[in-house]
This record gives sequence, structure tokens and C-alpha cells, in this order.
Amino acid sequence: MSNLSETQKSIEIPAHDLKRSIGSLVMWAVFFALLAMSWEGADMRPWDLIENAENMSQFASGFFPPDMSQWKMYVEEIWITIQIAIWGTALSIVCSIPFGILCSENIVPWWVYQPVRRLMDAARAINEMVFAMLFVVAVGLGPFAGVLALWIHTTGVLAKLFSEAVEAIDPSPVEGIRATGATGLQEVIFGVIPQVLPLWISYSLYRFESNVRSATVLGIVGAGGIGMVLWENIRGFYYAETAAVIILIIISVSLLDVLSQRLRKMVI
Amino acid sequence: MVAIKVTGLSKTFTKGKKALNSLDLQIDKGEMVALIGASGSGKSTLIRHISGLMKSDSDNSKIEVLDQTIQENGKLGRGVRSARSDVGVVFQQFNLVNRLSVLTNVLIGLLGQIPRWRGTLGLFTRAEKMIAMKALARVGIDNLAEQRSSTLSGGQQQRAAIARAITQGAEVILADEPIASLDPSSARKVMDTLENVNKEDGVTVLVSLHQVDYALRYCPRTIAMRNGEIIFDGDSKRLTPKLLEQLYGDDSLELLGSEQQEEPVVTSLPEQAVA
Ligand SMILES: Nc1ncnc2c1ncn2[C@@H]1O[C@H](COP(=O)(O)OP(=O)(O)OP(=O)(O)O)[C@@H](O)[C@H]1O
Ligand SMILES: [Mg+2]
Repeated sequence: MSNLSETQKSIEIPAHDLKRSIGSLVMWAVFFALLAMSWEGADMRPWDLIENAENMSQFASGFFPPDMSQWKMYVEEIWITIQIAIWGTALSIVCSIPFGILCSENIVPWWVYQPVRRLMDAARAINEMVFAMLFVVAVGLGPFAGVLALWIHTTGVLAKLFSEAVEAIDPSPVEGIRATGATGLQEVIFGVIPQVLPLWISYSLYRFESNVRSATVLGIVGAGGIGMVLWENIRGFYYAETAAVIILIIISVSLLDVLSQRLRKMVI
Repeated sequence: MVAIKVTGLSKTFTKGKKALNSLDLQIDKGEMVALIGASGSGKSTLIRHISGLMKSDSDNSKIEVLDQTIQENGKLGRGVRSARSDVGVVFQQFNLVNRLSVLTNVLIGLLGQIPRWRGTLGLFTRAEKMIAMKALARVGIDNLAEQRSSTLSGGQQQRAAIARAITQGAEVILADEPIASLDPSSARKVMDTLENVNKEDGVTVLVSLHQVDYALRYCPRTIAMRNGEIIFDGDSKRLTPKLLEQLYGDDSLELLGSEQQEEPVVTSLPEQAVA
């Protein structure tokens, strides 16, 4: 077996790369420096947690037992919250289909997808709470402002996700359709959308879940839903009521998450 | 009448290496022509240029199909969309949309002919569906019309693609290695279908093949390519193993195919290849 010994000789474990290990050392140093630097800015006071332990526990005990006496009103408000999420998500899905396609570099030329992408970046970069505050000023207090806020922000998010799905399609069926003399729009409808539909549905449901969560706080700035009640209870030091609201939010959000996850599993 | 006319076609992907090198080619209406060549010789590239899916280098070149200009000097012709609807393309990978039904995939062949808005909305009339069903019956898979095309076998998918070309009313069918990934019996069915369309409807067929034995069996004329050039164009019977070896050297083994042994040895003098 001379052959074997020969291969054994020629195999070598690569030597430790000095450059690489110095590189990773520097990375760690930078990381820790960043943490240390931000200590003051973030007003880190961990010992306060220990010093004020008694206050904290007193504060916590105020939450118990939760006061469910107004549960009917809470449930109604949570239902409004969910309805805000439904409309916000539905409107954004409708808009994300064209915008998502216009963001895809395998479908449109750069002078289309670049500006559309920047527009979607802007919609995504600004938090829904900021949009909510703006829309409260524009259309007045209430759920509609919340719907508009979710709509704009979610369109930014979904258009990005939709376009990622479009960019990952298999181009050959689309070419097959082009070769029959179809128009560009027909290529998209018959060649692209059937391929991305399951992913799009899954992304939309996922966004719906997170929109329900977002919608629970929209009320804090006056954009409707359970958030308004939550904020009033906290501001008025009604901790038992606050606890009740939080419990109901947790239950309903978890239920919706489970439901939507089921649905997502079904389409993929 | 001329069905396909290619003059001076060149294509460069990476500098200094031409995938197609100043190709000239003419195919008459009603012909069934095989295009052979080893892997990487430029068969797919040529077919994609003829179907207007790829643009050539911008030198003096022209591709016409049925007297319509597909492209000239690297620019697509003005009427390329309507020209495309006269050309059916059957691809190396089955270019059907997996998640759509077989019938819908075949109906896509009508998009170039019906009003745009109706095609865009996917509204097909009963009569149009009947045309598609007839095409499916013709290739022998009308019983599979409602299935998703991803559930079909490779050979069935290729036949569905041919049905799409028939539905399209294509007068020219370009088939890029339609049998490359099929077992011999499916391969024969696909080739029989192409032959049938050629003989009965007078459709011009250009079919690229990896293996010479199918060219001998189905196509009176063969065009052989190597390194982006045509090195043989003529009667398929003249393509003896000996000539193939002259043309391709060691690569000729790749082209001889598995069924070669069963073929009757074609007796012919090794003539000089014509360009
Ligand atoms: N999109 C592309 N980009 C870069 N090079 C390409 C591209 N398409 C083809 N080529 C090159 O052009 C040459 C011809 O390729 P082509 O696919 O036409 O060969 P083929 O004869 O169809 O081969 P096969 O039998 O493997 O399908 C090859 O060298 C290939 O690498
Ligand atoms: Mg090929």
C-alpha cells in the first residue's frame, strides 16, 4: 500500500493563519470597546436594581390580582386592534405586489428598481409609531390613523420580502412564456406569480402576526385599539387593570400566532 | 420558402472566446433538421438567438424566421413579439410553470394571439380550451390536463411543451435537447411527436441532440457544431462513426450514444466535411 502512505504524506493540516487570528482579536477588542463606550450613554445602573429591590417588589405586587371587571371593554378594544391589523395588512399586501415586482432586478431595469427600492426603504425605516403620530394629526384620533400607519410601514417591509422571492425564481418558465410571444405583464402573471405565491402568502401572514403586536401599542399615540386603554391604566397607576389588559393581549396575540402559523404551514 | 435564415451570427460571452463564430445557416420550410455537437459547442446559444431570447454581438448579423427579422446587428427586430408567436420553443429544461395545470401551461401558447387584456386576466374561451385539449390529445397526454405540470414525468412535460408549441400555431419549432434527460422510450415518444408535427402540419423543426443516433433515425439533415462553428451540414446518413471521429476526435464518443450498436452501420465513404 505504498499509495496510501504517499497520500498521507501529501496531506497537511493548514497552518494557523496568524493574520486571521489577529483579525478576530481586533474584532473582539472593538466589540468590547463599543460596549464600554455606550455604558454612560445608555445610563446603565445595574446596582439600582438591587438597591431598589424592595420598591420594585412593591410595584410588582400592585399588579396582583389582575382586575378583570372590565374585561368586556378590553376584549372589544382588542378586537378593534385586530381589525386595524387586518386592514393595515390587507392594504399593504395589495400595494406590495406591484411595488415588490418593481423592486426586483430580474424583472425591471435599474432605473425602475433603484428609486422604488429607496422609496420602500424609507417606508420601512420609519417606525409605525412615527407614522401613527403623523396620521393622527392628519386624519384625527382613532383606528383609521393606525390602519394608515401600518399600511405604509408594512408595504415597505412586504415589498422587500416579495421582491426577494421574485429574485429567487427559476427564470426558465418565464422564458418559456416569453418565447410564445406574451407581453411582459403576462410573463409576470403566468410565470412569476405562480412561483412566488406560496412564499408571498407566508410572508403576508407573518406580517399580519407582527402587525397585531404592533397595533397593540398604536393606541398610545391615539391611533386606536387596546393601546389607548393600556396607556390610560398605566398613567393612572391602575396596575391591577393594566395586568388584566396585558394578560388578555398575551392570550389573543398567542392565539393568532398559532392560527397564522398553522395557515403558513399549509401553504408552503 | 426559407423558414430560418441566419447570417454572420457571432456571440461572445467572455472576451476572446466566441460561443458562436460567424455562423451562417439556412433551413427551408417543412424540413426536420438535427443540430448536434458536444457539450458547450453552442447549440443552446444558437437556439436562444433564433428564438430572440438572446441578443448577438453587434456586428453584421441577421436572423430571420419566416421572413420576419428576429434580430439584426445585436438589436431585436421591431416585430419580435409577433415573430416569436410563430416560433415554438421546447427547452432543454422543461420550461413549464410547475404550479400551473398542464392545460393552463398549454393555454399560455395562445397569449400571443388573443386580445391582450383577456390573456392578461387569464380568461380563455371554451373554443380556446378546446384547441389546447386537442393539442394535448395529439401528444397523447390529454388525460393529464388538470394535473399540476410538476407532477408529470420528464417525457410528459416535454410533450406538454410541444403541445404548447402546437397550440401557439407555431410554424417553426425549435427544440433544445428535448430528450437529453429522458429514458429511451420516453425519448422516442417525444421524437415521434416532433416528427408527427413535422410530417402532418409541415412545421419546420430544428432539434438539438446530444446523440447522433436519434439524428440518424428522425432527421434527414444534420448540422454539426463544434466550438461555435458549423463543421458539417448535410445528409444525416453521411455521419458515420468514422466521420464523427474525424470531426470531433475524442469527443465523438460522447455523441455516439448508447443505442449506436443497434443501428445498422451506414455505409458511406468518409467524405470531407462541408461547412
Ligand atoms: N449565459 C452565459 N454566460 C456565459 N457563457 C455562456 C452562457 N451561455 C453559454 N455560455 C458558454 O457558451 C458556450 C456554448 O454553450 P451552449 O450552452 O450553447 O452549449 P451547448 O451546445 O448547448 O451545450 P450542452 O450540450 O451542454 O447543452 C459554452 O462555452 C458556455 O460556457
Ligand atoms: Mg445546451
